Amino acid sequence: MDVSRRDFLKVVGSGGTALSGLVAVGASLAPARARAQQLRIRDAKATPSICPYCSVGCATLVHTVEGKIVNIEGDARSPFNEGTLCPKGAAIFQLHVNPNRPMQVLHRAPGAADWEVWNLGRAMDRVAELVKKTRDETFMEKTSEGKLVNCCTSIFSLGGATLDNEWNHLQQKLMRGLGIVPIENQARI
Amino acid sequence: MHYRSMRDSDCVVVMGSNMAENHPVAFRWPMKAKVEHGAKIIHVDPRFTRTSAMADIYAPIRAGSDIAFLGGLVNFMLNSPRWNEDPFFRSFVVNYTNAATIISEDFRDTEQLEGVFSGLMKYTGDVKEWPYNGFLGEYENKSWQYARSQGKSTGWTGATQKSGEQEAGDEQNETQQRAAKLAAGGPPYDKLVQVLVPPSAERDETLQHPRCVFQILKRHFHRYTPEMVERATGCPRDVFERVAHAILDNSGADRTVSFAYAVAWTQHTNGPQVIGCCALLQLLLGNYGRPGAGIMALRGHCSIQGSTDIPTLYHSIHGYMAHPSAMSQHASLAEWLAAETQATGYWANTPKFMVSYLKSMYGKAATRENDFGYDWHPKIIGDHSHMPMFVAMNEGRVKGMLCIGQNPATSLNARLERSALRKLEWLVVKDNWLHETATFWKNAPEVRAGEVSTADIATEVFFFPAAQVAEYDGSFTNTFRMLQWHFKAAEAPGDCRSDNWFTYELGKRLKKLYAQSSEKRDEGFKNLVWDFEPDKPISPPGEPSAPKILKEINGYTSDEPGKHLGGFDELKDDGSTTCASWIYCGVFPKPDENRSANRQPDPPDAPGQAQLGWAWSWPANRRIMYNRASADPQGKPWSERKKYVWWDEGKKRWVGYDVPDFPLEKPPTDKGKPGATGMDALPGTAPFIMKSDGYGWLYVPNGLVDGPLPAHYEPAESPVRNPVYKQQSSPVYKYWKTAGNPLASIGDPKFPYVITTYRLTEHYLAGAMSRWNPWLTELQPELFVELSPELAAEKGIANLDWVRISSPRAQVRAKALVTRRLRPFTIDGRTVHQVGMPWHWGYEGVVTGDVVNEMSSLVGDPNVSIHEGKAFVCNVERA
Repeated sequence: MDVSRRDFLKVVGSGGTALSGLVAVGASLAPARARAQQLRIRDAKATPSICPYCSVGCATLVHTVEGKIVNIEGDARSPFNEGTLCPKGAAIFQLHVNPNRPMQVLHRAPGAADWEVWNLGRAMDRVAELVKKTRDETFMEKTSEGKLVNCCTSIFSLGGATLDNEWNHLQQKLMRGLGIVPIENQARI
Repeated sequence: MHYRSMRDSDCVVVMGSNMAENHPVAFRWPMKAKVEHGAKIIHVDPRFTRTSAMADIYAPIRAGSDIAFLGGLVNFMLNSPRWNEDPFFRSFVVNYTNAATIISEDFRDTEQLEGVFSGLMKYTGDVKEWPYNGFLGEYENKSWQYARSQGKSTGWTGATQKSGEQEAGDEQNETQQRAAKLAAGGPPYDKLVQVLVPPSAERDETLQHPRCVFQILKRHFHRYTPEMVERATGCPRDVFERVAHAILDNSGADRTVSFAYAVAWTQHTNGPQVIGCCALLQLLLGNYGRPGAGIMALRGHCSIQGSTDIPTLYHSIHGYMAHPSAMSQHASLAEWLAAETQATGYWANTPKFMVSYLKSMYGKAATRENDFGYDWHPKIIGDHSHMPMFVAMNEGRVKGMLCIGQNPATSLNARLERSALRKLEWLVVKDNWLHETATFWKNAPEVRAGEVSTADIATEVFFFPAAQVAEYDGSFTNTFRMLQWHFKAAEAPGDCRSDNWFTYELGKRLKKLYAQSSEKRDEGFKNLVWDFEPDKPISPPGEPSAPKILKEINGYTSDEPGKHLGGFDELKDDGSTTCASWIYCGVFPKPDENRSANRQPDPPDAPGQAQLGWAWSWPANRRIMYNRASADPQGKPWSERKKYVWWDEGKKRWVGYDVPDFPLEKPPTDKGKPGATGMDALPGTAPFIMKSDGYGWLYVPNGLVDGPLPAHYEPAESPVRNPVYKQQSSPVYKYWKTAGNPLASIGDPKFPYVITTYRLTEHYLAGAMSRWNPWLTELQPELFVELSPELAAEKGIANLDWVRISSPRAQVRAKALVTRRLRPFTIDGRTVHQVGMPWHWGYEGVVTGDVVNEMSSLVGDPNVSIHEGKAFVCNVERA
């Protein structure tokens, strides 16, 4: 997929943050920019959040108007980032508000040439069924040397390092609870 | 350390990192040190970057030669008049490190064995059912141990987090068996800990004994001369010496030096040894536990620290405890405790941590009669990490995969990983975008080229769209162990769900499917505690309560779940406390007090600027670990300028700007009780309380499988012979010999150049969080290869030409960026060229490009199974 300059501006415009998307604005634009900033977040609700990119942990504020995200910026109170963000942090908004964002569950049958849209509940049921089937078929109670291991090595859980502590706890607990031992994370590599 | 403390540094050495571009906001703190008090910034790197541009000294080195450079610094310090004359260094090293400890007479160093250590042997540790451990060799570490005054000096190896994986001496075996017998009846486990107390180690505080660590160090590093540094790294001798002087001049009682590194130190076949070499240097210079001192690990992801602490990693369970393993003596809880408990130092509390963890798994079903459910807990049977899993998958040994927030189709030796994905029966991808892993069956280059047909790929694939950070509650743990809560600000659209939602819902469905099972092997899962229902409904339906999950991590009283635990000193070994992660205990001390959500900065003039009111750091909200070392052995600050934590003689306790990392009322004059367990065994002068002897380890008798001291080895693929030793590469690194993973031989003329890979400011990893983002892709649209004007001229390549870059695994195309940022090196008398490439691109997204990781190989460090993405070999040609 290619993005044209026009698409780029359209995306930027749809979030109502055209000025923040432009790098290197001249000094003469500064007052206009400050006014635009004020308008953008006037009456908006600010919710404290954290940048989901690198490990520096910059504090952010998410501005919403009637439940819609209108702006995300650095939290000036933070003694660690002091309100600043890098280019990625300054683009967190587009992780949320983005025309490319998929919002449907997709399923591809074995050998099929394309996706099919599936209902979320149906997909969850099918995944649970597959996890159970594979676990039950391959579970190892003891090794050939007779050691009790109660494990399954044929399901691989691979999870990213940008996910919450709470998810990491749930995932490792569910996997280990089932006996699934191949649990890995981007933290390895 | 934490990066804000770099503001207090007098010299900052960035090495193995491009901090200005990859951690730009953290880089403001060294920059403040430079601007506010003239701190020197040094950048040691194969490539001149924006970090180099901000540095006072830029030292170029060949990728993969870091230990040669750091070893040179160690040798420089040991031979410098100031280091030998300033009483600060002597006092720090004798009192706070194991420099005076005497090592077994059986130990042989690389100096005696042409580049390897004593104990090298053939690897035979695979469990039959999992032949994927990959070790080229292994060390038996019996000869590396401390000499001990009673008993046989070689027998007792001491329990560490790694001990279970190592060959145990006979005497240690006997001790462990005795301890396991004592523990078989259940808690209390005090007697078990007592039996494990080792005989005391022999020491010579004059540092003259030929077998004391200090003398071994001097002999080991003597060949790392400035001349050798130049030969091995390509860094001009005078530049190296300027770096060494700057580091020494800025270390001492009233000055401190910090180092910062990132994955350019870790992604090697000896990464932990590179970091260990820096730790050794910083210990020699007294740069630990003090403001502006230490080593700043710049990790890459917002909660990569969290996913290591709360391990979605196969080898460990919560809080850095060893995962029960079929390769260790872990057959029962008693055996696990005997193998993994370190009797002296803070790890003596291991039985409390472990039993509280098992309670978090199995709740009321975990009783002293059934070893708290230990038998239900699975045991690992080998290396189940990223690389061997894909090798096993490619051989059809792995049937299903849950891939949540990671994109392996563009990862290591990516063609091989995609080949492995095609062997899966089912694959679940949960992510922000339809990235390369989600569409490997449709849009991968081998499919588009007709080498593989979509119709032949029998994998059932699911894609679940993800909610984003502002759409749910939860916490991240940042690079300096600080947990910060983020709050939900908006609803996620459509079927986008949080990761918590997915795993919680999957667990609930599986619980239902297994509810009627009477199989013995399902007992553990049926007893698994799985209740994180919110007290009041939250949207979307099915979303679990994130605070309830954090509460289970933090811990509570088993019989009174409303009573949260306030800290890990409240943990018990009898099942009366439930706590998944002992290190996180204290983050949520009361139902209405989630300390990760704290947002109270220090006033600007507050001394110390520890920022204890902003969020919460493990352990115990401490910001600088081992901060006992910020005071001298008598407990007084080393200097007014570097004052941080000290002994208050009037109050009879440790006080300071931070949470003291020491028993609060243990005076500096305490000599430690011989034969005692836990903290009682350590003297009031020992800052490194997680170590069995309380010292910072210059020499590492156990815990590392590839040697007690760092040694320069060439990467698995190198254009040159090792200039330092006869031994070319680490004798024990991991290599998965399989089709599609060949390695180039030393100096292979087909692949004459060194290649290093890296990240850009505007992109993120494999691209799943940046290549669909128009603002970012506009700033950095296209893949490129950086090469020096010299190499470009040799190969007839002009700036912006298309170039083909090839390794023994694959070839890719990229635009040439001819730049002085790269330079040829003279290594051992001959010219070695080097190229560099970012690796963010793939075949999906708003901008696309070739997958650079297709060129990397599956070779790994023997300690942690990380790959070697920072130094391998390639060829470049005009395309």
